[in-house]
Amino acid sequence: MAIFINEHTPVLVQGFTGRIGTFHAQEMIDYGTNVVGGVTPGKGGSTHLGRPVFNTMKGAVEETGAQASIVFVPPPFAADAIMEAADAGIRYCTCITDGIPAQDMIRVKRYMRRYKKDARMILTGPNCAGTISPGKAMLGIMPGHIYLPGRVGIVGRSGTLGYEAASQMKALGIGVSTSVGIGGDPINGSSFRDVFEHFEKDPETDAVLLIGEIGGPQEAEAGAWARDNMKKPVIAYIAGLSAPKGRRMGHAGAIVSAFGESAAEKVEILKAAGVAIAPTPAEMGATVARVLSGQRKVA
Amino acid sequence: MDIHEYQAKELLSKFGVSIPRGGLAYSPEQATYRASEIGGNKWVVKAQIHSGARGKAGGIKVCRNDGEVWDAADALLGKRLATIQTGPQGKLVSRLYIEEATDIDKEFYLSYVMDRAAERIVVVASAAGGMDIEEIAHKQPETLIRVTVDPAVGMQAFQAREVAFGLGVEPDLVSKLERTILGAYRAFRDLDAVMVEINPLVVTKNKAILALDAKMSFDENALFRRPQISELRDKSQEDPRETYASDRGLSYVGLDGDIGCVVNGAGLAMATLDMIKLAGGEPANFLDIGGGASPERVAKSFRAVLKDRNVKALLVNVFAGINRCDWVAKGVVDAVKELEIKLPVVVRLAGTNVEEGRKIIDESGLTVISADTLGEAAQKAVAAAKASTAKAA
Repeated sequence: MAIFINEHTPVLVQGFTGRIGTFHAQEMIDYGTNVVGGVTPGKGGSTHLGRPVFNTMKGAVEETGAQASIVFVPPPFAADAIMEAADAGIRYCTCITDGIPAQDMIRVKRYMRRYKKDARMILTGPNCAGTISPGKAMLGIMPGHIYLPGRVGIVGRSGTLGYEAASQMKALGIGVSTSVGIGGDPINGSSFRDVFEHFEKDPETDAVLLIGEIGGPQEAEAGAWARDNMKKPVIAYIAGLSAPKGRRMGHAGAIVSAFGESAAEKVEILKAAGVAIAPTPAEMGATVARVLSGQRKVA
Repeated sequence: MDIHEYQAKELLSKFGVSIPRGGLAYSPEQATYRASEIGGNKWVVKAQIHSGARGKAGGIKVCRNDGEVWDAADALLGKRLATIQTGPQGKLVSRLYIEEATDIDKEFYLSYVMDRAAERIVVVASAAGGMDIEEIAHKQPETLIRVTVDPAVGMQAFQAREVAFGLGVEPDLVSKLERTILGAYRAFRDLDAVMVEINPLVVTKNKAILALDAKMSFDENALFRRPQISELRDKSQEDPRETYASDRGLSYVGLDGDIGCVVNGAGLAMATLDMIKLAGGEPANFLDIGGGASPERVAKSFRAVLKDRNVKALLVNVFAGINRCDWVAKGVVDAVKELEIKLPVVVRLAGTNVEEGRKIIDESGLTVISADTLGEAAQKAVAAAKASTAKAA
C-alpha cells in the first residue's frame, strides 16, 4: 500500500512544460509513475511528453481524475500553485520548489484550513526531493534506483542525506516502503509528526527512519508523538551536531534560534522518547538494521 | 538578511513608529555636524554594526558637547567592535548614528517573529525592556505577553490594545502605543521581515513613545520582490568568504577549521561536517553546491573554499543522483588541474555510475584521494589535513 502514492495514483505535474518540470516528469514516467498530464497556464490544449497539458488545475483534475500533483513552479508563483492544487481537489501534493517566501507559506497553510481535515490536501515540502514508493511510483527528483522496495518508511528534511540513508539501507538489503521529503523550509506542508501518523497506519511499513536537522520544533514534537502513539520502532539521525548557533546552514529552516533546536538537544529529546539514534550519518543503515533484527527476535 | 539600526528605524518610521531625531555620520566631523543639526545638549553616538549587545562592548557613547561627540566618533570609526554576538574578530564600524538623548520614563520590549510552531507571526512584548529576550524569559517570564496574528486578516486593533494594556501604560498613552504596535506589525508583513525587535521601546518623560533601538531581519527568499530591502545589504558586515560565495550563488558558511568542504545538498553537507568532527578534524566551512554538481559549479566551489587561507585539505562529497558520478569526477579532476590545486583533495562519490567515477579519479595522476563511504572520506580528509599541516611546519 505504501503511503501517499502508489503505482495507480494518477499524477499531474504543475510547471509541466518548463525545463526542470519536463526533465523530472520524464524520469517519473520512466520509473512507472502514472503521470496523466500537467498544467502550464497558457499552454492548455497542447500535448507534452505524450500527455495532455491544461491551463488550470481544476480543468486538469476534471479531465484526468488526478489525485496527486508535484509542483515545479518557480518561487514567486509556487504558493499560488499549491493553493490551486488544494482547491482543485488534489489529495496529495509535493512541492519541490526551493526559495518560497516564508509569508507565502504562512498564507498557504492558512488557506488550506478552509477545508475540513478529511477533505484537506496533504502537502509535503516545499524545498524537498519529493516522495517515492519504491518499485511503485516516484513523485520527485530523486534517483529512483538507489531505493530497494521494502518495509521501512523514511521521512527527512534533506534530499541527498535521504539518498545516503536509502543507499546505506540498500547495501544491507533493507528496503523502503515510502520515502517522504518534508523539506528544509521553516514553514512546511507536513511535519515529521504528520508523516509519522501515516506510517503508523500503513500495514506495509514496519519501522520509520527520521532524518532531521538543526532548527525548529518538529523533531521534538514527533518524538513525543511517537512515544505516546506509535507501536512501530523509530530510528533517527539529526544532522548539524557541529553547526554554530544562529547561523543558517543552507536550508532556510536550518538555524538554531531557540532552546531545544540544536542537534545535541534534539538527540537527547528523541532518546528520552525511546527513539533509536544513529550516532553518525555513516551509521543510519546499520542502526535501522539493528532495530529491525531486535524486533524480529522479540516477535 | 540583517540591516543596521538606523535603516530599521527609517523603515519603521515610515510605518508610524516614532523614533528619536538622528543622523548618519561617516567621520568625526560629520558626527559633530549632525549633533549640531539635531540640537540640544546631549547626544548618543552609536556604532552601526550588525550585532546586538553593542552597549556592553563600548559601541554606544553618551556625549555632552561637540568635543565628546568628536572623540567618540574618532574612537569608534574604523575599529572592529567585538560583542558577545560577533565573536572575538568583531565587526568593522564604518558608520555612526548620532541621536538625540532621550529622557526615559519606562522601557518595554517589543518584538515580532515568525513562530515555527504556530506557523504565524507572533508578537512578543514585556514590560521588562532593556534586557534581551532570553534574559527576560529566564528572569521575568511572567511579564511576557504573546499575541498570535491570524494571517487571513492580519493583526487587529484589539490585539494591539491587549499588548498595550498588558504593558501597563497610562490609559491616555494606549492609543499611541497601539499605533506603534500595529505599525511595526505592518512593516514586518509588508517588507517580508522574519524578525523585528524594538528594545527598548520607551515612554519618555514628555509622554512620547519612541523606538530607542531597532533590529530587523529579512527573508532572503522574498528579496526578489523587495528591491528596496536588497539595497540595504552591507557587505562590510559579512564574512568576506561568505560574501564571495553568496555573490556566486553558493550557500556557504565560514567556520574555523582547516578542512574545506564541497558537498551537494544542505543536509548531506551538515552530515559531512559532523563526520569530520567525529573523525577528530575541524571543518573550514559549510558549502552546499546545490543539486546539480556540474563541472562549472565544482570549479566555482573550489575557488570559494580556497579563498580561506586556513584550508589544508579539501573534501568533496557528492551524492550523484540525476547527475552521474563519472561526470562529477571529470568536473573535479578538471577543476583540480585548472586551479593547480596542490592541497590534498579527498573525493567521495556515491550514486549512479560510481565505479566509472572512481576510475577517473584514480587514473587522473593527481593528488586526489578517493573514498567509498562517508566515514572513510572524513577519516582520509582529517589525516590529509594533519599531514599537510605537518609538512608546512
